Amino acid sequence: MQVDIVITLRESILDPKGKASHHALENLGFRNISSVRIGKFIQIDIDTDNPEEAREIATEACEKLLANTVMENYEIRIPDTSS
Amino acid sequence: MTFGVLVFPGSNCDHDAYHALKHIHGINTSFIWHKESEIGNVDGVIIPGGFSYGDYLRSGAIARFSPVMNAVARFAEKGGPILGICNGFQILLEARLLPGTMMANEQLRFTCKFVNLVCQNRDTPFTSSIPDEMVLRIPVAHGEGNYYADSELLKKLEDANQVVFRYCDADGNITPEANPNGSVGNIAGICNEKGNVVGMMPHPERAVEPGLGSDHGRYLFDSTLSRIITAL
Repeated sequence: MQVDIVITLRESILDPKGKASHHALENLGFRNISSVRIGKFIQIDIDTDNPEEAREIATEACEKLLANTVMENYEIRIPDTSS
Repeated sequence: MTFGVLVFPGSNCDHDAYHALKHIHGINTSFIWHKESEIGNVDGVIIPGGFSYGDYLRSGAIARFSPVMNAVARFAEKGGPILGICNGFQILLEARLLPGTMMANEQLRFTCKFVNLVCQNRDTPFTSSIPDEMVLRIPVAHGEGNYYADSELLKKLEDANQVVFRYCDADGNITPEANPNGSVGNIAGICNEKGNVVGMMPHPERAVEPGLGSDHGRYLFDSTLSRIITAL
């Protein structure tokens, strides 16, 4: 099962890369973009068909390595297999 | 007296640290490959700078899971002196042997230059020989040296005297202009609660001979020498 993980900086943390990109977008004339935050997208394949088990494994992987929970949040996206 | 210098794939200040310890200070020094599960009978450990594992994922994030880090954690627990320099500091943060985290420099540039430092805690194995009121001139070279601690942690660090170094101007004033990376409170180095584990972004091993532009880094290694000799 393929699981997508999105890692973002916590709201309270200044994101210099996002800020610089936002500034560049403003210079390009994008007036309606009010903020840019830059994070990471990680795709992992887990040898299971059980979404709950996949979520558990992905959570452990995020907590132990993939995210630094001091400054980052993570979101685990499991494909919908109910249909 | 023996020191160990850890070597990870991508370490690149390991030989500088070795040179500073062995040739400048006469300390018996050996390299310890990151795959080792024991660090042997050493009196201190240096985690050198560089780009362990290419800084993939986050600086230090993968190196902290190298087998040698379990031995380093046990050594820290026993009170063994550990100095993490630059990437070594980042590894100590990722390993949670020191609190807080490191972010990209505020100005988003790799910064390589001499900075000025004040030492605010001389009760560590690496700072006891730094003269009072001295402003240390030591270089930094990093892209992710923007130390971050939330206000709660910052207060805790300050109350417990865990801030070891702050960036300052040539006269010792801690000003925003003297901050090379945006670190909270101009913090350049911290220690753990016991004071035996120290992490710092500047490179003392690159400032041990006048020909290198400064020899102020020697005070850090002199500190370990005098401390350990006193204990004998």
